Amino acid sequence: MNESKFSKEYLEETGVVQICPEDLTRLGLAAGDLVCIRSEQRSIEIPCVAAKEKELPSGLLFMAYGDWSSRLMGSDTHGTGMPNSKGTDVYLSKVCAIKKD
Amino acid sequence: MQNELKVVSNATCTFCGCVCDDIELTVEGNHITKAKNACVLGKAWFLNHQAGEGPVARIRGKEATVEEAVEEAARILVDAKFPIIYGLSDTTCEAQRVTVAIADWVGASIDTTTSVCHGPSGMAFQGVGEITCSLGEVRNRADLVIFWGSNPAESHPRHWGRYSTMPKGLFVPNGRKDRTVVLVDVRRTKSAPAADIFLQIKPRKDFEVLWMLRALVKGLTINEADLIDTGVTLEQLQNLVDRMKACKFGVLFFGMGLSMTRGKHLNVEAALALARDLNAFTRFYANPMRGHGNVTGADNVVSWQTGYPFGVNLGRGYPRFNPGEFTTTDTLARKEADAAMIIASDPMGNFSQAARDHLASIPYIALDTKETSTTRAAAVAFTTATYGINVPGTVYRMDDVPIPLRPAFESPYPSDEKILRALEKKVLHLLKEKLQASN
Repeated sequence: MNESKFSKEYLEETGVVQICPEDLTRLGLAAGDLVCIRSEQRSIEIPCVAAKEKELPSGLLFMAYGDWSSRLMGSDTHGTGMPNSKGTDVYLSKVCAIKKD
Repeated sequence: MQNELKVVSNATCTFCGCVCDDIELTVEGNHITKAKNACVLGKAWFLNHQAGEGPVARIRGKEATVEEAVEEAARILVDAKFPIIYGLSDTTCEAQRVTVAIADWVGASIDTTTSVCHGPSGMAFQGVGEITCSLGEVRNRADLVIFWGSNPAESHPRHWGRYSTMPKGLFVPNGRKDRTVVLVDVRRTKSAPAADIFLQIKPRKDFEVLWMLRALVKGLTINEADLIDTGVTLEQLQNLVDRMKACKFGVLFFGMGLSMTRGKHLNVEAALALARDLNAFTRFYANPMRGHGNVTGADNVVSWQTGYPFGVNLGRGYPRFNPGEFTTTDTLARKEADAAMIIASDPMGNFSQAARDHLASIPYIALDTKETSTTRAAAVAFTTATYGINVPGTVYRMDDVPIPLRPAFESPYPSDEKILRALEKKVLHLLKEKLQASN
């Protein structure tokens, strides 16, 4: 981020979704596979990686705050100025059936 | 000059809200080659700093002089019916102050990145009150330190070493050995191994757990069934309550795990109320973990100039504060703003799509040290010098302590403050012309 938000390192850090190893296995995914994440607002396609062991419980995904994670946010701030940016319900699938973007 | 070697003592790192001011920089020409005392983030901030490339100003993508760009920027702001100004967390208090003046002249809404960071915490402070202390007090006194919804090991690496868990203080002479460190989070982050107690709660259960803690502090009876789906047990919470009541000086540092999650200001209100309640038994405080280097300064400057910390509208000639109405995500997503000025922020890279789409459809001005998605789509873009590395001034640490900046070398680009002062002058000139024309 210090050098550029277009740098390879920044784009790689913010352009992946972390999934717990158990969920990766359960869903038949491998690191680098493209997954579709669909929120109430939008859907995105993004590569997945395995989270470090025990860092994430099953069912919880992690994305670093940035361009891709923000695309899943809605605009309603519920009178606070802040859209729900964490703890958002999403659906994940290996193949994106419906691309809304 | 290019090979001149100098050492800057007590330089200030403006990467995160810790704004560590004990950095020793070795500077060769216009490169920083060493950053003693800096953490991994601070080292990256200083050592990877590039002077920047490209023109100092652009109008709709074409290179322009500063004078031409200032003139165009002033016209955009003066001609707008509902201008908004946003950003400010990565610039000096001096630049922030000029920005508020411009907002006042043109009747803009002024908002900072606080609104999508700890804005809900600001609302909670107004609702409950802020039970606060300085990081110096934490360093010297705290024997129970709780981090809730924050990951200091990765986001504020020196917070632990310099202030909260490791240092030997006046009343905690054995440093870490005299302290109990608790981490509460939905993820087992890199901070977890360094904590004595880790409570992994379920997502969106912060409010419930905090409220249960309040009940236990008050001595009310809680059943295990009340904690269903929270991820924690009654035994864990009772243990924490016992420790909170028994400590001599406790502090709860809360991060955006509270303010960005559903409930937002209510989550933070619960944390503040818990700290308030605990003062019936001991000294207990609750402080936010602030992210950007001068986001706390933005809150302070906008507050001392308008009376409110963020989301302030000056369209009627006096300040009105209303998060949800005058905050930037809302004014953009509802398509109300017809012009904008973005300072040291990248909403085109991290706002909701509806807000981005509207920002892209209106004329806006951007000031930033680097090219971003926001500067690329701006009607007028200025490249500016980096505060702390090139620009002197004042920033506020996350505990509201002002810290001076000691820059390493000059930039070929002007500071935000210099551009903004020229812009204010031009805005005043155009407003005067407009007034004369209407008479």
